[in-house]
Amino acid sequence: MSSAIDLMISAMHARTLFDKLWDSHVVSELGNNRALIHIDRHVLHDLTSPQAFDGLRRAGRGVRNPELTFAVQDHLVSTERGRTDETVPGGAALIRALRDNARQSGIPLFDLGDPRQGIVHVVAPEQAIALPGMTLVCGDSHTCTVGALGVYAWGIGTSEVEHVLATQTLVQQKPLGMRVCFDGRLQAGVTAKDMVLYLIGRIGIGGATGHALEYAGAAVRALDMEARMTLCNMAIECGARTALIEPDDTTFAYLHGRAYAPVGVAWEQALAVWRTLPGDAGAFYERDIVLDASEIAPQITWGTTPHDVVRVDGRVPDPAQLSSNSERAVIQRALDYMGLTPGAPIEGLPVHRVFIGSCTNGRLPDLREAARVAHGRHVASGVRAMVVPGSMKVKRDAEAEGLDRIFIEAGFDWREPGCSMCAGLNADKVGPRERCVATSNRNFEGRQGVLARTHLASPAMAAAAAVTGKITDVRRMLS
Amino acid sequence: MEPFITITGVAAPLLRADINTDAIIPMRWLVTATRDGLGKGLFSEWRYRPDGSEDPEFVLNQPLYRAAGILIAGANFGCGSSREHAPWALLDFGIRCIIAPGFASIFYENCLKNGILPVVLPLIDVENLASRQRGALTVDLVTQSISDADGRIAAFELEPSRRAALLEGRDEIDDTLSHAEAIAVFQARDREQRPWVWGGNNRKNEFR
Ligand code: SF4
Repeated sequence: MSSAIDLMISAMHARTLFDKLWDSHVVSELGNNRALIHIDRHVLHDLTSPQAFDGLRRAGRGVRNPELTFAVQDHLVSTERGRTDETVPGGAALIRALRDNARQSGIPLFDLGDPRQGIVHVVAPEQAIALPGMTLVCGDSHTCTVGALGVYAWGIGTSEVEHVLATQTLVQQKPLGMRVCFDGRLQAGVTAKDMVLYLIGRIGIGGATGHALEYAGAAVRALDMEARMTLCNMAIECGARTALIEPDDTTFAYLHGRAYAPVGVAWEQALAVWRTLPGDAGAFYERDIVLDASEIAPQITWGTTPHDVVRVDGRVPDPAQLSSNSERAVIQRALDYMGLTPGAPIEGLPVHRVFIGSCTNGRLPDLREAARVAHGRHVASGVRAMVVPGSMKVKRDAEAEGLDRIFIEAGFDWREPGCSMCAGLNADKVGPRERCVATSNRNFEGRQGVLARTHLASPAMAAAAAVTGKITDVRRMLS
Repeated sequence: MEPFITITGVAAPLLRADINTDAIIPMRWLVTATRDGLGKGLFSEWRYRPDGSEDPEFVLNQPLYRAAGILIAGANFGCGSSREHAPWALLDFGIRCIIAPGFASIFYENCLKNGILPVVLPLIDVENLASRQRGALTVDLVTQSISDADGRIAAFELEPSRRAALLEGRDEIDDTLSHAEAIAVFQARDREQRPWVWGGNNRKNEFR
């Protein structure tokens, strides 16, 4: 009897990782589950910050804590060798605006030419700007990538960027807890990208709306840090407010010795606190989902949301098989946009473009996976394939291993770091009705260019498409 | 921010579910340093044909809805990116209120910060509103109700402090600065408890 009551009492006090992050950052309780939350790290980039600095200036306010703020150029930059500020029309002005704003406010900037420059969500973990137990925000929805380190990290709009610059806080409504457990082991040729596409296929693009999504289970624990970031990166694609993974020895080993990680006594002190971050036994999640990682095959999207996903050995849907009129119309529309035949196999579709990069899959292990497939093969004729490292550090590390040689010899274009074809903002675009296999995170209509047809997949799957000229099950190429 | 008290206007139905921010305002319109003038990029992929002419089929191009002040949308409206250009574009077009069965969370926040009222109603009510053909709607934040010339159609709720902020058009930064002392107390204590956080971006720093 008493042990049951003890259990109940301890469950009432048991907190998840997210509960601990929330509790330790409350500056003021505002009622109705809302609180003023302290922001430990704020990262700015070229696209969404100039209006925020304008707002500050108009109100006569300054930057409260420049020492907690970092800036990086990524969204608009050219990825050409020997690049300058020049990019798309109007782009250079935004690049210079960030430079001026950062200088005036005493915010360090990883500018073009800086060895730390790269995509914001690649750079923040890589430089250890983000550390376990922190809150981190950035004016970009994929900020949840950084949650892989046990950070409460989320994307904000420009008004909120201004709010954080002025106050180092944000008003937040506490999200509900949600845990997704991947049990079992991944099959060969299956990656974190496939796990998250599979999850979104299961729960839908609004499936985690309003929730802090925590990944758990043996298959997640077995992932390296970079793969965990891929998993967290796409949580926003099912609507999650933030994504999290409990920090463990993999996390600590990844961070140790990185640029902004604490050293010596401070490291030990931090580590002792970080070890208390994982959830308590019996902690409660409003939603709990268990998936079997061993059942996952390589995934690829067929349609115009990340939810429109199938196994690479599967078929695109046939609207005729659906009972609901509205569903039929939605699917038909997506098939038309993508130029697909209802019910046809996805494998074998000819592709024109391949993009390997982005904050989803632009890190070193991603490039290794792609290079493994590209090695000794050649990009198929009629295909243009591009590899864009996620950061200067990724680029340097890849070159030190000779990955650049493998790609160049195989006929891939080896670029300078930036968002590139993920956003279709700079000159790197997919043409109208061209089919592209991309390792990025969004296949929305027009995302990679007007009328571009995007299929999202893992780096290995993208490389397989590049060298075969069509959508191909990478498992056959690895054996 | 302009206060939102009540508006009366034509309500344009766009009932597709999961309309994302790339559809609301495609990336290429984002290359701008101001908030103004984005209305011409609103839904541009759907509003204009490849040759740049208007597609007469698209709802906002129909004479009845060109001056719409209210948008009736499908579930999970505004999913995708955090770009505040999406509410800026809606606002610039003239939309002050969006009625939908649900919103993506960053977009919802961004609306409230720009004086746009996001109203959440059950799908069935949203569909009913979209299918009615008669005249303008009035959305009243004081009474939290939606009505037309014949009277009240639906009631909705907004979290009280947000409602107050919208009604007054309050600057949220000013609100937060009223907590300046609490912020200072928090930061002073945090410097003691987690000095490594405050090594910050200065590498000749405290934690060395
Ligand atoms: S790589 Fe793509 S998703 Fe990531 S920050 Fe850049 S534009 Fe956003």
